[in-house]
Amino acid sequence: MDRKVVFKQRLLPYLLLAPQLLITIVFFFWPAGQAVWFAFLRQDAFGIRTTFVGFENFAELLADPLYLETIRNTAVFCIGVTAIALSVALLLAVLADRQIRGAGGYRILLIWPYAIAPAVAAVLWIFLFHPQIGLIGRALNGAGIAWDYKLNGDQAMLMVILASAWKQVSYNFIFFLAGLQSIPKSVLEAAAIDGARSVRRFWTITFPLLSPTTFFLLVVNLVYAFFDTFGVIDALTKGGPAKATETLIYRAYVDGRVNLDLGMSSAQSVVLMLVVILLTAIQFRFIERRVHY
Amino acid sequence: MQRRTLMAGAAALGLAAPATIKAQGTGRTQIEFWYGLSGALGERVAEQVKRFNDSQQRFTVNASFKGSYIDTMTGAIAAWRAGNPPHIAQVFEVGTATMMAAGPAIRPVHQLLAEAGVELDPKRYLAGVRGYYSDTQGRLISMPHNSSSAIMWLNLDAFEKAGLSTTELPRTWRQVRAAAEKIKAANAAPSAITGTWPTWIMFEQMAAMHDIPFATRANGFEGMNAELQLTSSFFQKHTEFLLGLQKDGLFRYGGRDNAADPLFPAGEAAISFNSSGNRARVEREARFKWISVPLPYHDDVIQEPKNGVIGGASLWVLSARNRTPEEYRGVAEFFRFISDVDQDLWWHKNTGYVPLTTAAYEKGRAEGYYQQNPGADAAIRQLSRAEPTPNSQGFRLGGFVEIRNVIQEELEKALQGQQNAAQALENANRRGNVVLRNFERANRA
Repeated sequence: MDRKVVFKQRLLPYLLLAPQLLITIVFFFWPAGQAVWFAFLRQDAFGIRTTFVGFENFAELLADPLYLETIRNTAVFCIGVTAIALSVALLLAVLADRQIRGAGGYRILLIWPYAIAPAVAAVLWIFLFHPQIGLIGRALNGAGIAWDYKLNGDQAMLMVILASAWKQVSYNFIFFLAGLQSIPKSVLEAAAIDGARSVRRFWTITFPLLSPTTFFLLVVNLVYAFFDTFGVIDALTKGGPAKATETLIYRAYVDGRVNLDLGMSSAQSVVLMLVVILLTAIQFRFIERRVHY
Repeated sequence: MQRRTLMAGAAALGLAAPATIKAQGTGRTQIEFWYGLSGALGERVAEQVKRFNDSQQRFTVNASFKGSYIDTMTGAIAAWRAGNPPHIAQVFEVGTATMMAAGPAIRPVHQLLAEAGVELDPKRYLAGVRGYYSDTQGRLISMPHNSSSAIMWLNLDAFEKAGLSTTELPRTWRQVRAAAEKIKAANAAPSAITGTWPTWIMFEQMAAMHDIPFATRANGFEGMNAELQLTSSFFQKHTEFLLGLQKDGLFRYGGRDNAADPLFPAGEAAISFNSSGNRARVEREARFKWISVPLPYHDDVIQEPKNGVIGGASLWVLSARNRTPEEYRGVAEFFRFISDVDQDLWWHKNTGYVPLTTAAYEKGRAEGYYQQNPGADAAIRQLSRAEPTPNSQGFRLGGFVEIRNVIQEELEKALQGQQNAAQALENANRRGNVVLRNFERANRA
């Protein structure tokens, strides 16, 4: 029963693959290759004077204490965003999965934030938390809490983590809800008959059975926190105050696009590329094995 | 018979086609112009271009909004690298050194005008504006377009509430501090002082006004090997002064760049430092009496402060292989148009930017514009009150965007209490010099 399709001509399979390959090459391999090449060059903004400098950009980058600080920030940021986005979404999904009146309405409201553009989301957060003109910001200061994310680095970090996590909660919510609904009711009912309470049922049955979803979301959320949170950070803090919210991707943007130092920015992109390859490899090699399917 | 009608119809169509195209205006040379001003100011740019297009038949300038100043500049550079740049790109003043170092990518304005046979005497532009965009021989490299300067904004209602005079306004930092103390004591505003553009106002403007070098080599005008001079006693004094204001609860840091823009018109701070280009917004939003005056100075450092420096943007002419002389001619004509006295005065009155030419300023004064709008000339007076010295003519430092951010970051760390003024200045100086050396290497190679 060999169901493998064998093409008689050599050309046809390549022809069928061509559009996909072309897109991958033009939009992925070409720019990525160019980034790798630029990482070894020093050039002015216009690319008029270009010199090959070998690994100099990388050496400078790794010798920069501020870059190491940025790595630390990124770790705090990614862990914070992923932990909050996953736990809040799971909690909401479990609550929305019960038989309640108007469940559909709640679900739509919870999914909504995902459709909001990062910049708009950030503006909403500014309206809420700006120390002088924001609703909650003013209330906090009025209550005697010195809230000023424009000057307090920890508060700024908290703010970008919350704003980024809030945007991702909806996405996670959809997946968790779908995951919950696919858990066989019979297993849960059997446990209930055996006398297991709802908390115990959740941790011994629901949570392990959800682990494929959780693992998938963990990867997606980490990648999101790493690469897709640029808009929120740019609109809220611009990496400040004093670099407190500068993540790896934001720094690559600032060096490349604002400071017009393409060599340095490309070197950072290459580092990021390596990090992603490493992360993905670790996740699929070690964590996936423990996932209960 | 039918066939003949068809033929005639086809012939008519064939003949008509070029005619319609011509009527739509392809006979006019098209000039692409990318700009980076949004909101009301962006509308004024579009209006300025429309006035030019309506004024003659030969050229059409197509103005496109390209996002922020940074987006416009990087976009124009990327387009040049791809071989298809706009004819004119609006570039903010901190990008000047980068553009100037771009050699073959740009066409200096003096060369453009000479080749097009359009005569524009550089002397007609305000000294503070002209100097910033000229080479060492006094020839214009880019075209002045929208120039502002930083000034002080005062909430007169809050002043009254605090029992301060609304006619004898503070002129020195000492007086500003005294006024802020009274405002705080009377609780006349949530914060006494705030400010925008920390580096531009507290470092660049202050250096120029007090005739203190910001960097060696005449702030970079004389060469790329300039070095920052931020550790000098003046910056030490001024940074400590700011930290002292903050410690005593008189100064509230409002964030980087223009993040603090809304605070003054919202009545959140009684005294603010901001660009003169903010005038339209304050006029629209402020629900109190206010006035704008020149920036304060330290009277124990200088008795007669020098001129402040400009901010804003200028227009750069980008080269390309397939550009025709006619296209360059169109650019030159556009430059001539916006330098015209009446056009310039219109621009000044409708945007809050300073006039580019002395003649427009004189005309506005003769019309009594500044009597009707007190404070509208604060920036002009500040820009032209002294003959520019090497310390006050402007800045030509590579990677200046990055240097500004470095200074803001180190100042923020000091305001957070992580370091004192001396450490902040030392760190800013060291990191800023690294930027300068990198720029020098990249542009000399």
